[in-house]
Amino acid sequence: MTRPARRVEAILLPLAAGVLLVAAWHAAVRATGTNVFPAPAAVARGLAELARKGLLLRYSRDSLWRVAAGYGIALAVGVPLGILLGWRPGAARAANPVIQLLRPISPLAWIPVAIVLFGIGNLAAIFLIFLASLFPILVSAMNGVRGVPAMYRDAGRNFGLSRGALLSRVIFPAALPEILTGLRIALGIAWIVVVAAEMIAVNSGLGYLVIDSRNAGKRYDLVVAAMLLIGLIGLVLNLLIARVARLRAVRWGFRQEET
Amino acid sequence: MIPAAESLPGRSKLAIRGLSMTFRGELDDVRVLEDLALDVREGEFVCILGPSGCGKSTLLNIVAGFLPPTAGSVRIDGEEVRGPDPRRIFVFQERGVFPWLTVEGNIGFGLGRLSRTERERRVAHYVQLVGLKGFEKAYPHELSGGMKQRAEVARALAVDPDMLYLDEPFGALDSITRLVMRGELLRIWQTEKKTILFVTHDIEESVQLADRVVVLSARPARIRRIVEIELPHPRDLSSRRYLELRDGIFEEIGLAHRI
Repeated sequence: MTRPARRVEAILLPLAAGVLLVAAWHAAVRATGTNVFPAPAAVARGLAELARKGLLLRYSRDSLWRVAAGYGIALAVGVPLGILLGWRPGAARAANPVIQLLRPISPLAWIPVAIVLFGIGNLAAIFLIFLASLFPILVSAMNGVRGVPAMYRDAGRNFGLSRGALLSRVIFPAALPEILTGLRIALGIAWIVVVAAEMIAVNSGLGYLVIDSRNAGKRYDLVVAAMLLIGLIGLVLNLLIARVARLRAVRWGFRQEET
Repeated sequence: MIPAAESLPGRSKLAIRGLSMTFRGELDDVRVLEDLALDVREGEFVCILGPSGCGKSTLLNIVAGFLPPTAGSVRIDGEEVRGPDPRRIFVFQERGVFPWLTVEGNIGFGLGRLSRTERERRVAHYVQLVGLKGFEKAYPHELSGGMKQRAEVARALAVDPDMLYLDEPFGALDSITRLVMRGELLRIWQTEKKTILFVTHDIEESVQLADRVVVLSARPARIRRIVEIELPHPRDLSSRRYLELRDGIFEEIGLAHRI
């Protein structure tokens, strides 16, 4: 197949699938005669209403801001800590059981703890996002550093690098592809957790929109509109962070993913 | 005809005495090197030849200062080797180039202390010397195996070391590229006047390149014989003397008439 033809196909096929899905949705609402679950057109009207009231932008911005704060702190803590743990095998051995114990605990299980520590409000939500993003980042940085081939360290030492220079000029760039994979996974999780956190701890954001629309008058058109927005923003976030992996200096580490 | 070895200055560069290496294993200790003694003259090209797994790479790693020996000493210019040193650069197989740096970045890696203009001048010089002109901005994963190996040799030469340690550097290359690279290495050795220790399991390779071939036994490795290759470069690979020397080493290793 020629290149332009392939590109057209790459746009047309998903578009066709989307149209089909919306049509099936519409047909299902018609066929069942439900007056609870909204049809696509009702959701579109709901989105327009949210936009008109200014809630669409404000709630999206609030959610994004919370993710930026929690995820940002997790990045600032997790990357250096993970590198340190990976750099010192003894430290990794000491910390690993604790990390492996805490890691499988769903961030949602932390909600009561978050509320006890920070009360109902922004801080509790940010804390939950921080916790949820921290582990994938920490573990990927630790494993990334541990997995740096001895050859690169030896080469770096051979050129007379000090410990600090070895860390910044060899270990860090060598571990970067794996760290980026951790960052990407963590961002996806952070975006999932912000919705849950907003359902409980705050009164703005897309998660709040879902729960508030249901509670205040069973506006399922707005519930589904909020869900679509959450999906859409999540998709954009993932696309943005995937672009980072395509930078030439780290692309070597992602060769298996190239298609 | 002046024999190559005699045209070199006779000053001793490297002196290995009573060198032994034992790796502590879980069940048994593995004796790898046993009581090696070797002198290498300044500017000499010495091949360390032995069967796979005989410990020749271990020997090179000890000489390079990456591994401390169990017993014995390695002295260079009369000074005990205690760790890696930028005056003596180790060249790995082509996987040793840093994948996160361009060809330029790799070659300039050890030149951090120089001024920018001096660094650029040197990088340009060695890019030219190893025939990578036009590929300065390319990343290793965009290059062939032979080109990566050239980049690594250039990275080593750029810091102007007085010794090069090459650990089966052409082992992963196809046979034609390997022949070309041997020629290039000889050309570079003759212009740059480095002392070279070259580890290989390829008998032909050792006889084509070296002033002397140090033949190691199977593990634990001892020096079986040291063969002077008094043929001048470029060597005629069909000459009687070349074939005699080659067959002599074949016999020494115990491979003669069995292939």
